[in-house]
Amino acid sequence: MKIDNSIVDKVAGLSKLEYKGEEKEAIKKDMERILDFMDLLNEVDTEGVEPLKYVTEGMLELRKDVAHTDITKAQALENAPSKDSDYFKVPKVLSK
Amino acid sequence: MASNYTNYLTYREALESGSTTAVNEVKSFLTEIESQKHLNAFLETFDETALAQAEVVDQKIKQGTAGKLAGMVIGLKDNLCYKDHSVSVSSKILTHFKSLFSGTAVERLLAEDAIIIGRLNCDEFAMGSSNEKSAFGPVLNPVDTTRVPGGSSGGSAVAVAANLCHASLGTDTGGSVRQPASFTGTVGLKPTYGRISRWGLIAYASSLDQIGPFTKAVQDSALLLEVMAGGDEFDTTSSQKPVDAYASAKSEGPKKVAVLRDALESEGLSPAVKARFIEIIEKLKAKGHQVEVVDFNLLNQMVPTYYVVSNAEASSNLSRFDGIHYGYRSEQATDIESTYVKSRTEGFGTEVKRRIMMGTFVLSTGYYDAYFAKAQKVRRLIQDKTKAIFQDYDFVLTPTTPHAAFKLGHNSDDPVAMYLEDIFTVHANLAGNPAISLPLGTNEEGMPFGIQLMAPFFGEKELFGFSEEMMKL
Repeated sequence: MKIDNSIVDKVAGLSKLEYKGEEKEAIKKDMERILDFMDLLNEVDTEGVEPLKYVTEGMLELRKDVAHTDITKAQALENAPSKDSDYFKVPKVLSK
Repeated sequence: MASNYTNYLTYREALESGSTTAVNEVKSFLTEIESQKHLNAFLETFDETALAQAEVVDQKIKQGTAGKLAGMVIGLKDNLCYKDHSVSVSSKILTHFKSLFSGTAVERLLAEDAIIIGRLNCDEFAMGSSNEKSAFGPVLNPVDTTRVPGGSSGGSAVAVAANLCHASLGTDTGGSVRQPASFTGTVGLKPTYGRISRWGLIAYASSLDQIGPFTKAVQDSALLLEVMAGGDEFDTTSSQKPVDAYASAKSEGPKKVAVLRDALESEGLSPAVKARFIEIIEKLKAKGHQVEVVDFNLLNQMVPTYYVVSNAEASSNLSRFDGIHYGYRSEQATDIESTYVKSRTEGFGTEVKRRIMMGTFVLSTGYYDAYFAKAQKVRRLIQDKTKAIFQDYDFVLTPTTPHAAFKLGHNSDDPVAMYLEDIFTVHANLAGNPAISLPLGTNEEGMPFGIQLMAPFFGEKELFGFSEEMMKL
């Protein structure tokens, strides 16, 4: 399958990634090469086969729905790149 | 003791008799890690906490209250959370991140008095087959430092192979424990999907990821699984099935072993691997086991299925890295969109971004059915066929890898060639079965390679028993 700029731009937009210049050319080539490889799946007839979504079907067990506090607010903020005493800080979202 | 460690029971006797102490072990490993720094296996050692824990363990040994893993010095792959210690998945995007909790597997090791000595280099986000894709540089193979150790748990494999700790943990999504075990001459296990809780394992592909140990001896692998396995309320996919006494597993009577024709006749198989593989088949037969070649016919689809599924799951899992809640934020972040885009573009490496792009593509409108749903259907066929084989056979035998470790830089310009490194290992992840790589071969250049044994779901006890027998071949 041919991967053009519009596909890369769309997928990068969804992925919240940016591709420019040489890197953009490289990812186009890589995506084409990998998709050709993935096309080997089309050699298999899967008519009537249900997709496998859970490896261990029928084994999933839910825990009791009881609220508990694992970490404090201060701990939750510990690893943030920018914060004050109560909140995560982000650059200005709305412009005037 | 540290350098001639063979298995935990022997070492435990030495601890009990006082001929060594846990503190001595930790100190001698720390010295050895420093002198083997060029291998780049450890990203960080936890000197202070490891020595403190060792002192506690030595006291417990004296008091006779020490746990099942007392004094076993263990390294963790850099994607396993250990409370108040850094963890980065070998990525720039998690620089300065410290875990707020310990993962379940790690908790259970500590509860049995194991000692965590440090965190081990890996391919960034566990994506790679050579450990050349870490943001902190490649790991070198101690057998020949011009070669890769395999990946993605390359640091974990090297730490055991180079005697930098007694055992280590890795994670295996498509072969990331077994392939580096093959390349370094160590024992590497991927348990049944759900046997060990994934809580506290930084996710790559959630339907494929499993934690697994690297060890010198099969019995150590069994012991570690025994401690780590079992249900966990924090991971709904963890199995509540009772945990067997793996460490005392013995194989009894003749077994039925299936060899996959596609693997045996695979064009990519190196002569040394093929010759040894055939020799092992003959030796098993001579011991009275029934070994038969069976058709599978989906070998060519294994790796493409794996890449569609794993990349899709990665694209979803890695969306949590947003430059806001934790980890790296770009200095060029001026608004909300650029906070996401610039932080992720600068924070992730090339291979990680490539997989996010592929995963997002196969999940996107217009391509979902053709790629993602198609791969899930092929995955069902692979699982069904595998189950059918285990109706008639006890084990499936293949080489772990088509060849021994390759040179650094060898597969660097072709992602597909690198992906094919996983051809024999992804099967167990796609189907969910347990599999182990046993160090049973050496090629003409003296490089080790592994033979892989796969068992039915939750067949670890039989797997370990037969592995002990295989190690004598």
